[in-house]
Amino acid sequence: MSVSSVFPQLEQLLPRVSKPIQYVGGELGAVVKDWDATAVRWALMYPDAYEVGLPNQGVQILYEVLNEQPDVLAERTYSVWPDLEALMKENGVPQFTVDAHRPVKAFDVLGLSFATELGYTNMLSALDLAGIPLESKDRTVEHPIVLAGGHASFNPEPIADFIDAAVLGDGEEAVLEITGIIRDWKAEGCPGGRDEILLRLARTESIYVPRFYDVDYLPDGRIQRVVPNRPDVPFRVAKRTTMDLDAWPYPKKPLVPLAETVHERYAVEIFRGCTRGCRFCQAGMITRPVRERSITTVGQMVKEGLEFSGYSEVGLLSLSSADHSEIGDMCSGLAEQYKDTNVSLSLPSTRVDAFNIDLAQELSRNGRRTGLTFAPEGGSERIRKVINKMVTKEDLIRTVVTAYSNGWRQVKLYFMCGLPSETDEDVLEIAEMAHEVIRAGREAAGTKDIRCTVSIGGFVPKPHTPFQWAKMDTPEVIDGRLKMLKQAINSDRSLGRAIGFRYHDGEPSLIEGLLSRGDRRVGAVIRTVWEKGGRFDGWSEHFSYARWVEAAAEALEPFGVDLDWYTTREREEAEVLPWDHLDSGLDKDWLWQDWQDSMSEFEQDDCRWTPCFDCGVCPAMDTEIQIGPTGKKLLPLTPVNGLRVPA
Amino acid sequence: MQRIRLRYAKRGPLRFTSHRDFARAFERALRRAGVPIAFSQGFTPHPKISYASAAPTGVGSEAEYLEIGLQAVVDPEQLRVALDAALSPGLDVLEAVRAGEGSLADRIDASHWRIELPGVEPAVAQDAVTAFLAAPEVLVERMTKQGRRSFDARAAVARCTVEEEPDLPSRTGGVPCAIIDLVVRQVTPAVRPDDVLSGLRVVAGLEPPVPPRVTRLAQGTLTAQGEIVDPLEADREGVGIGGH
Repeated sequence: MSVSSVFPQLEQLLPRVSKPIQYVGGELGAVVKDWDATAVRWALMYPDAYEVGLPNQGVQILYEVLNEQPDVLAERTYSVWPDLEALMKENGVPQFTVDAHRPVKAFDVLGLSFATELGYTNMLSALDLAGIPLESKDRTVEHPIVLAGGHASFNPEPIADFIDAAVLGDGEEAVLEITGIIRDWKAEGCPGGRDEILLRLARTESIYVPRFYDVDYLPDGRIQRVVPNRPDVPFRVAKRTTMDLDAWPYPKKPLVPLAETVHERYAVEIFRGCTRGCRFCQAGMITRPVRERSITTVGQMVKEGLEFSGYSEVGLLSLSSADHSEIGDMCSGLAEQYKDTNVSLSLPSTRVDAFNIDLAQELSRNGRRTGLTFAPEGGSERIRKVINKMVTKEDLIRTVVTAYSNGWRQVKLYFMCGLPSETDEDVLEIAEMAHEVIRAGREAAGTKDIRCTVSIGGFVPKPHTPFQWAKMDTPEVIDGRLKMLKQAINSDRSLGRAIGFRYHDGEPSLIEGLLSRGDRRVGAVIRTVWEKGGRFDGWSEHFSYARWVEAAAEALEPFGVDLDWYTTREREEAEVLPWDHLDSGLDKDWLWQDWQDSMSEFEQDDCRWTPCFDCGVCPAMDTEIQIGPTGKKLLPLTPVNGLRVPA
Repeated sequence: MQRIRLRYAKRGPLRFTSHRDFARAFERALRRAGVPIAFSQGFTPHPKISYASAAPTGVGSEAEYLEIGLQAVVDPEQLRVALDAALSPGLDVLEAVRAGEGSLADRIDASHWRIELPGVEPAVAQDAVTAFLAAPEVLVERMTKQGRRSFDARAAVARCTVEEEPDLPSRTGGVPCAIIDLVVRQVTPAVRPDDVLSGLRVVAGLEPPVPPRVTRLAQGTLTAQGEIVDPLEADREGVGIGGH
């Protein structure tokens, strides 16, 4: 049965909404296939506004991987802003894909990529607009399989009622395997209905189907156990790891939007995973081991990606890009290749050392200088030991001063507030550090005309990290510390003037904390918030703390737990955590030991250059560290002159 | 420096491309197509592109114009083909000519628009247009950069007629669709098709049930006879350089 486009109806609404271009598709790299010529059809959703969702690498990669299969169709859908949502409801226009404007409900799979838990209410809006029942139990064989991925899927328990399945870890191979299972099941005539297809997915042992697991609670509200409710599904579901990134050089044909988006650049992931071991960093914990893309593959991807997209900016992305074993040759090689062009190269620079500045110097050889950001994360040396971010104050100041003396006039420093065991003094040291940076920087640069921006993020304890047991500070404590810090920065007017101060309030972090470490009971909170109008919770102009607090009080009361119980309560070693049955490969005993080490301010080295410290991932997942150097170099590009006229 | 003038279209769904969106896409298309674009001097060099007045977001156009400066001489038709391939379908490069004397802006003082009004009977539209044309002045309001402004929408209108195309797809199923053919002089503040529609509401209470579909058909110099002269005509050296 063919499916028609909803564009004629949508088109009537577009003149009445802001930035209609975000809803029309037509991007370079977009693929529209014949519906009837394909066997398995995916709708991929990034549950946030188009301007944020379009650049998302995960969605772009899966979109391309799926569409390369001749009998598979993948389209994209994003959250619509409330102005269009209201008009769609009024006029009966369903949630649609931007590629061919097909109704999401008609697809086999709705795959949602959750980079953050604050997208959960947007998922409910999309399901509602699509005409898909909000809860998994109410769906039939007529509805798409609602599948969650992305980092938040390492604890999908708060959305367990709303999703049908979750995939943990890398998606490249997982989407193809899932496609195969669905293809076979459909070819057989969909035997056994929805239960059967979900069971087939669950039997892979790496796709989590929440409905096949029961959660029992202790009288005090803690979880007693999570167990399968049928014999043929695994006790624990394992994450996916894509090995050999050179075999998966995506995106090859990046989506280039017409609308303005948050990143307008060709981004290439130079490695995946990180073993620096920062204890707050969920990404670094759940993406192990480190797998590098080789210098030559990166060079090839940059060349082809720029030619395809017409972008003039390249981002070399990873969790800590300066750690690539061939980063020096990569940066100088790319800088040489693009020296006479207007292409700018950027490296998210978080490592605090002079090497980083050498790299930034290389990358700015053609005069296109991008900003420098350093992330000491913690204000005091003590707290940096707690979080395992090994950098001394002297190192930091020396590094920043080197940047100023090399011509940078603006440097950004990133910190967190609310870290475990943090005191007022730890935070106030940020002000001292910033003052010293400006003082020493002015001397080194020989001018008063330098600035630094201090940017503060709120700490949120995440599952599968050593801080998964930690208590959060209340928003009052966080906001109080930020206020003190601001006063301390401005206590010296001359220095304070050169320091910008950016921060987030404590309230959204607390809600993110509830959603990050929540269990299935938190689903009722999400639903209540959404029913009361909660949307776009990642946007300060849409987020309502009061709405979350009220909904939590109302929805959690029957369970005898509350918002504080989930957020500001420290967990004990024996407590069953909601995500214990989801296997990131990290050994829970090792995580606990690292948590204890943290509290005794004991640091953990990186296993790339010291012996293995038994975090557990490689043996559990049958993976290994894949790093260079390969010893290869980037060759000069042969400039192609003349117009590229299509054949 | 070689200068080339282009005519391009904004069609179908991509008529929702704003001018800023188009400008970003066009700069990327120059790079994709390998066009030897010239850059301005200075600390942050900008590509040499100048646009003639752009159609509003949401309005289709068959007649948008821009001029680019090049570091090397290229064949205009090859440039047209390369740029057209480098832009999304719906942003279509229709014509490229070597720029002659004078500026593009000096050759454009009027626009020809077509306004489709699904759900509006042609006779109703005709009455409104007649009332509009009979009025010495029709004050309308619009938000501008300076805030809400009131201005006359009548004086700039050089021609406004109603036609009906019985073979229009929207006519099938018995839905009427009035079509207004409109020529407006470029004045300040600009009078746009939606201002004329506001004027029809003011003088005759015309309220289209669904958003009108507007297309710019041509831009150029308005002759005393009421014809619009193609702004690239003076640049063409004989036949066969342009496309389509």
